Amino acid sequence: MEPKKIAEIEVDVLLEAIRLRYDYDFKNYARASLNRRVQNLLSKENLEMPYQLIPRILYDHTIFDKFLSEMSVTVTELFRDPPFFKAIQDIIFPVLRTYPYVKIWHAGCATGEEVYSLAILLKEAGLLDKAKIYATDYNKRSLELAKEGIYSAANLEANNKAYLKAGGKKSLSHYYTEQYDAFKFQDSLKENITFAYHNLVKDGVFGEMHIVVCRNVLIYFDKDLQNHAFTLFDNSLVKMGFLCLGSKETIDYSIVKEHYETFSKPNKIYRRKN
Amino acid sequence: MSNPKVAAIVIGVSQGGLDALNTLLPMLPKDFVKPIMIVQHRSADSDGYLSEHLNLICQVQVKEAQDKEVIQAGTVYIAPADYHLLVEKDASLSLSCDERVNFTRPSVDVLFESAIDCYGDALLGIILTGNNSDGALGLKAIKDAGGVTAIQDPDDALVPSMPKAARDITRIDHCLTLKGLGKLLATL
Repeated sequence: MEPKKIAEIEVDVLLEAIRLRYDYDFKNYARASLNRRVQNLLSKENLEMPYQLIPRILYDHTIFDKFLSEMSVTVTELFRDPPFFKAIQDIIFPVLRTYPYVKIWHAGCATGEEVYSLAILLKEAGLLDKAKIYATDYNKRSLELAKEGIYSAANLEANNKAYLKAGGKKSLSHYYTEQYDAFKFQDSLKENITFAYHNLVKDGVFGEMHIVVCRNVLIYFDKDLQNHAFTLFDNSLVKMGFLCLGSKETIDYSIVKEHYETFSKPNKIYRRKN
Repeated sequence: MSNPKVAAIVIGVSQGGLDALNTLLPMLPKDFVKPIMIVQHRSADSDGYLSEHLNLICQVQVKEAQDKEVIQAGTVYIAPADYHLLVEKDASLSLSCDERVNFTRPSVDVLFESAIDCYGDALLGIILTGNNSDGALGLKAIKDAGGVTAIQDPDDALVPSMPKAARDITRIDHCLTLKGLGKLLATL
């Protein structure tokens, strides 16, 4: 057997060990990215082969935490893809105005930047007070950071530009206080946000949502797991509810495709049919 | 050809890439059957213009790579701006927005290293013009896996750093001008 094939078995066994020990199942994650992340962790731990991680992860929770961080690091930023946030205001907000209350599930919110982005825009539209945002992730450390709402000030200039490009009406500085090299969002933004643990692989639906936002999460899943997540979203959305995906994600090849109409093709906003 | 059984081609290119791809890709004949995956470094907010433009001037189909897309014969896939492009073992494509590698996303190394897991020694890697060293490690990995390596002759490149960096760390099977690389591809 080629060494490359044996290394694949090592990763399979590693994932099975993690599933049995910690109840996190990565079997249906897109393997090419997963392999890169395993390699990243190996080099950080000064190890060479995936099998060497198995005893360490089984007996040392801190190594598992590192694995989890490695797996859940995604690039996120305030107002990532400004045209998407502009489109939400232009085409979804007018619909939300007609509702007595609004429930939003932001699945895979990571460290929360895009949740605050949405909250700011809802506030400017006068919709935040009647909104309830459920922001979930499977990485508890990311959720803690999201709850704190403290971010590096290094990118503030770019963040403010993206905010304005997204159609922000004031200045981003209106919503945070800056301290040294970090800034903290106002607590008032958080009042209607619930940060909660949820694993798309094994946890259930969030009922009666008007909007589900899940961006740049599904690209890390294989087709089966993508369909599993799509079914969860489908069962969580009300009729005429909105599904918002990442700019390179699509519902077109999924098993729930027929239940949706495309509301904004370039911004990957779909609407559940009546 | 030192390796007659090339099944796929991966190309990495940075600064000067539009001109280089404008010269190289139209040289592919209409009946060219090998798939080609390309990482062209560009700004995060570029749109799909590059692949649309190349598709208009080429005889083969050129398109922006989509997540989970199954690789088709005779098609050229361009990594979308701001996403890494990876090849899965079942010869489908996946995208990721992981951290930058070599200060760039998409990264040539990420594409090359993942493509080896799918194609093994049946892979041809090519580094064209560019102003950094992304792709050098990926090209070395292709060589180490028994694949074929090629670079644009640094004297022919608008910016020679990237092919030079690859040549510095691995054995290059073909060091050619863009025209020469076009002829090489047409013989595959």
